[in-house]
Amino acid sequence: MELNRRSLLAAGTAAAIAPLSRARAQANTIRIGVLTDMSGTYRDNTGPTSVASTREAVAEFGTSHGFTIEVLEADHQNRPDVGSNIARQWYDQGVDLILDVPTSSVGLAVNQIAKEKNKAYINVGSATADLTGPQCGATTLHWAYDTYMLAKSTGGAMVRAGGDSWFFITADYAFGHALERDNANFVRAAGGRVLGSVRTPFPGTTDFSSFLVQAAAARPKVIGLANAGGDTANCVKQAAEFGITRRGIKLAALLLFVNDVNGIGLQTAQGLVCTESFYWDTNDKTRAWTQRVVRRTPTNYPNMIHAGCYSAALHFLKTVAAMGVPAAKASGLDLVNRMKAMPSEDDCFGRGTIRQDGRRLIPSFLFEVKAPAESRGPWDFYKLLQTTPADEAFRPLSEGGCPLVRT
Amino acid sequence: MDEIFGIPAPLLFGQLLLGLINGAFYAMLSLGLAVIFGLLNIINFTHGSQFMMGAFVAWMLLAWAGLGYWWALLLAPLIVGATGVIIERLMISRLYKLDHLYGLLLTFGIGLMIEGVFRNEFGSSGLPYRIPNELQGAWDLGFMFMPIYRGWVVVFALACCLATWLVIEKTRLGAYLRAATENAALVQAFGVNVPRMITLTYGAGVALAALAGVLAAPIYSVNPQMGTNLIIIVFAVVVIGGMGSILGSVITGFGLGIVEGMTKVFWPEASSTVIFVIMAIVLLTRPAGLFGRA
Repeated sequence: MELNRRSLLAAGTAAAIAPLSRARAQANTIRIGVLTDMSGTYRDNTGPTSVASTREAVAEFGTSHGFTIEVLEADHQNRPDVGSNIARQWYDQGVDLILDVPTSSVGLAVNQIAKEKNKAYINVGSATADLTGPQCGATTLHWAYDTYMLAKSTGGAMVRAGGDSWFFITADYAFGHALERDNANFVRAAGGRVLGSVRTPFPGTTDFSSFLVQAAAARPKVIGLANAGGDTANCVKQAAEFGITRRGIKLAALLLFVNDVNGIGLQTAQGLVCTESFYWDTNDKTRAWTQRVVRRTPTNYPNMIHAGCYSAALHFLKTVAAMGVPAAKASGLDLVNRMKAMPSEDDCFGRGTIRQDGRRLIPSFLFEVKAPAESRGPWDFYKLLQTTPADEAFRPLSEGGCPLVRT
Repeated sequence: MDEIFGIPAPLLFGQLLLGLINGAFYAMLSLGLAVIFGLLNIINFTHGSQFMMGAFVAWMLLAWAGLGYWWALLLAPLIVGATGVIIERLMISRLYKLDHLYGLLLTFGIGLMIEGVFRNEFGSSGLPYRIPNELQGAWDLGFMFMPIYRGWVVVFALACCLATWLVIEKTRLGAYLRAATENAALVQAFGVNVPRMITLTYGAGVALAALAGVLAAPIYSVNPQMGTNLIIIVFAVVVIGGMGSILGSVITGFGLGIVEGMTKVFWPEASSTVIFVIMAIVLLTRPAGLFGRA
């Protein structure tokens, strides 16, 4: 190119305008950061399928709202320090929402940062009910499930079915303790007894036979597995091996996902009772939605966490559209308050509301895992036993101890 | 009912037996590590991934080729052992002249990559693998309910350990191997192909890890992380037994399995730590390990 005064001037103007237009583009871009377990034991339960479900929400929301949407993803490696660093960096770089964050210890750590930065945070993957209890935050929502809801559905149903004496095998960290505590409360409230519990090191336990034999020696009617992922799979596999279920002791997998059942296999998992708030084969809408997501992650079907990421992201985007991008970006608190005020609706969970303490109310379903002969094909795993309506599924607002709740 | 330290005696015997069974896995894995370290001077951090590969190959043989557990017991070690030979030839063999640390870093990196590839391909929640029909069921021992499969694991692991020890200590091949570790140049001068022998030794150590993986597939969740938890403990076992000591690693493997089993009864929360406490004490008092030569 020939250099002359005119072309230099043009280039100079373009260079000056470029950052301006970039800044304008950034101001008009809503960024969602999916912080999840991409490489550890919860990868299938959360991970890439959480990202795919979020992208599905973005695709469904469409491009006709006058702003662009960017989805970021990061691996927190199930470590609170790594998760906190990424969350801090993301919020500082203009991420408007952090989504998913499985593993209760990481979920609680990010909660502190969202509070500090006045930014929106929707936790879907962590189980601990403390997120809407003593540790609740004004900019935090908790979406698909929690330990209280699992305990009420699975624990309550098993006691009613005659399983009135319990022994817990508990993963020795925040999540396991919360799950055991909430379940033990339900067992006792329903007139049952807790005969004992054993705390297993997490991570690092592969062989649970010793703990299972100890549990069986206490002669309970139910052994409650207050753990998740690979730990639960190992417990179920080894309980079958040691003939524990054949001797009339029932196993309660207090947190089990459809992906875990796929990993254990129906032969071993059949008869297990578990609770989820979403199952792909519930109705035409859930089946159609699942087909759309499975196109992005062909080997892994979505569970309640994935459905939660989709549902939460969609509600978030609708809220941003309703209040306008500048207002949404200005204050996480205003944004989340607006989300609480608006009713939420989507293909996975239907219509629902969000409570003052940040809890999205959703019905919970108690499922029994099918026998191989009952299953009609891949991922056909659950029989519905009972439904708890949304307003009864979670801990009453007054009992959570959340400081946001004005009495 | 008799009680020992407040625990009913039958329960305690049961736990002893379970500890012994876990010890069988530790022994088989630490055996492979000890063979590789003793003869190659390489600290093989890929061992956990190779254990995992053994279990996955067993699953693949069943799901893709219809070959059951018994075939897997034969084929999986051969297949995974062959990948070990390739890794040794292409990469590890270039590091023999360097410090141990380089071998450790290389094998650690390879291990992470293998794990990552399997995680990408098969996810993290595991794959189902059943106990073969011939080994289904359990014996009622009076004091506990003993699955037949676990009994088989102990017997098979003991047989493998014994066979490995016999090959290395009592055969001509074993004598060559031991001589090559002392003075490779001299052994080569006698017409023995030392590099090939070392490659095959690495392959054999890897095959032992894969064999343990096949044994583990029916009772542990078959997932890409399955080796990670175990391998750290197995390293502690090797250090306690004495790096490179074959008999030491076998005895320590079984012994620590029992110690861990007892801890699970008396102080379950500490059961994953107890082995490292023992390791620290052993290193302070006998730095070369219980059976190692200083």
